[in-house]
Amino acid sequence: MFKAKKQSSWLKLIVASSLVLITASFASHAEPANKGLEIAKERKARDQGWGDSESVSLMVLKNAQGDESVREMRIKALEVQGDGDKGLTIFDEPRDVKGSAFLNFSHVNKPDDQWLYLPALKRVKRIASRNKSGPFMGSEFAYEDLASFEVAKYTYKYLRDETVNGELCWVIESTPTDRYSGYTKQVTWIDQSEYRVQKIDFYDRKKSLLKTLIFDQYKLYLDKYWRAHKMTMTNHQTGKSTDMIAKEINFKVGLTDNDFNQNSLRRAR
Amino acid sequence: MIKPAAFILLSISSLLPFSASQAVEYEFIGSLGAQGRYFTEQANDPQQTKSQLSVFAEPELYLQWNDGDDSFTAKPFLRVDSADDERTHFDIREAVWLHVQDDWELRVGINKVFWGVTETLHLVDIVNQTDGVESFDGEEKLGQPMVQFSLFKDWGYLDVFILPYFRERTFAGEEGRLRGQFKIDTDSAIYESSQEQNHIDFAANWRNTYDFLDLSLNVFKGTSREPEFVAKLDSTGEPTGELIPFYPQITQFGALVQYVNEAWLWKLETINRGGDTIDDYNAMVGGFEYTLVGIGDSTTDLGWVVEYAYDERDANEVATQNDISLAARIVMNDIDSTEILAGFSQDLEFSDSRALFIEANTRVGDSSKLIFDMWLFSGDDPQDISSQFEQEDFVQLSYEWYF
Repeated sequence: MFKAKKQSSWLKLIVASSLVLITASFASHAEPANKGLEIAKERKARDQGWGDSESVSLMVLKNAQGDESVREMRIKALEVQGDGDKGLTIFDEPRDVKGSAFLNFSHVNKPDDQWLYLPALKRVKRIASRNKSGPFMGSEFAYEDLASFEVAKYTYKYLRDETVNGELCWVIESTPTDRYSGYTKQVTWIDQSEYRVQKIDFYDRKKSLLKTLIFDQYKLYLDKYWRAHKMTMTNHQTGKSTDMIAKEINFKVGLTDNDFNQNSLRRAR
Repeated sequence: MIKPAAFILLSISSLLPFSASQAVEYEFIGSLGAQGRYFTEQANDPQQTKSQLSVFAEPELYLQWNDGDDSFTAKPFLRVDSADDERTHFDIREAVWLHVQDDWELRVGINKVFWGVTETLHLVDIVNQTDGVESFDGEEKLGQPMVQFSLFKDWGYLDVFILPYFRERTFAGEEGRLRGQFKIDTDSAIYESSQEQNHIDFAANWRNTYDFLDLSLNVFKGTSREPEFVAKLDSTGEPTGELIPFYPQITQFGALVQYVNEAWLWKLETINRGGDTIDDYNAMVGGFEYTLVGIGDSTTDLGWVVEYAYDERDANEVATQNDISLAARIVMNDIDSTEILAGFSQDLEFSDSRALFIEANTRVGDSSKLIFDMWLFSGDDPQDISSQFEQEDFVQLSYEWYF
């Protein structure tokens, strides 16, 4: 009896601990389902409150043979609470597009509003919102790659931990919610120390790896906001690449909504 | 009024390396270019050339002060043409002072303003005169003296214009092409208003964006930019065979709508024009632009532009009285920003009357562009004014260098 009783208590212990283990393993399986979303939310939360910024950027376009072509532009950005940000991009190089300007209102739940100003004709042209997957200025960046990061633009799945660029990262799979995105999914490496994006793999509509974006030369602004001064986008299918280099970034320069309308687009210099 | 000379002096002082004042910033940019045109058929008038070469310069000086709240832009333009005296011309495209406040702007000087959404015809656009010798498609405009007050409020953008001086439309000269069989004597232009070119015109434009909808309403009162033509008579009252432009006084109401839906842009422009010496009439142009992004797994975009134009005037007065246009715009999205627009216009009333056009451009090197244009015309019914161009088929190659 005693022996049997003892056996049963051992059994209970085993069953109980197995249950704990099973529950724990369920829990660890259940965790990644929203861990990706939690990381995305924290990434966004840590980048809130920057207000407005003005930057000078270079894009160096390289083809598979190594020929280079340079684009130069200034980008004004305004943070919008509860929706996507506003951006005004003024082109300086090449000279034949100097004075052209691009106004973008990024949205979370509807297509972005986009306008292009053509100085030779003094004409503002509205751009059909589905064009977001198209290349930006002949570069390897698509318009959507340059839009502000908004949590609701994707659904998330945590994959694993992995070290990239010397930083321990969470690896997260993001699926665009917009059916007009040029991508079926993105795999994003976010570092665990500061929630900075270190790398993104883009998968095309046929689900094959199209491009990789590497973030480099992060600098801290206003003691809170990290900005990569070099982003390199490599197209694996064409061998072409584009370096986006931020020469200068200034925050809180006093931009308001009035700097991001069709009038300011017309006189952007 | 701002004196440009004073600002040039200021800008020179800001060029000095140890200048204490950095208040005035300046920029000097512009373009130089050469162009060749070849006409495949000889015109009726043997004086008219079969080919022409030209060079142009369009420098631009920009000054700004008060942290950019004030600026001055000067943009002269000169073209010298080998064959056409009228196409050899100088114009001040811009010489304008701009003052910017939070929700209003003021421009005083010579400037260019564009109103419109459609591609094949710019019906509503009326502030600036067309530079008829510069390009066949009417996209080039002459500088217009103006005072423009702009207001930006929750209810939209409002622009009010006072236009104190009238610019006459330019036309190809005796040796020039694309003028049809008639010589136009621009030196003898006549006006309804006794004030002629000094008549003060007014215009106002309101526009606003409601999500996917752009709306605009405008009004113009003054000297019509579009002349009518009367036969020139010699001293004995006999027609000389030349035409004289007549500029009536008009009131024009315009409205335009644009609706964006995914890959579609729907566009409509309408006008009503009336005056004491012209019959009131309505005209419209509308259609869509549909863009396919990344055709066949490439980075090339293909856009379709389909527009229909209707005008209550007769075909012997206006070419776009009942016409449909279809064009394909190919945007390569390559390093050289190569674009090709090819299409045709078909007159629905005169079935032989049509035009075929190709415009293509690409960047050469870091800062030059090569531009190819071709227009082919057919239709010889004399009731249709576009029959004037039947023998004007041409190809044109331009090289433009930007500095």
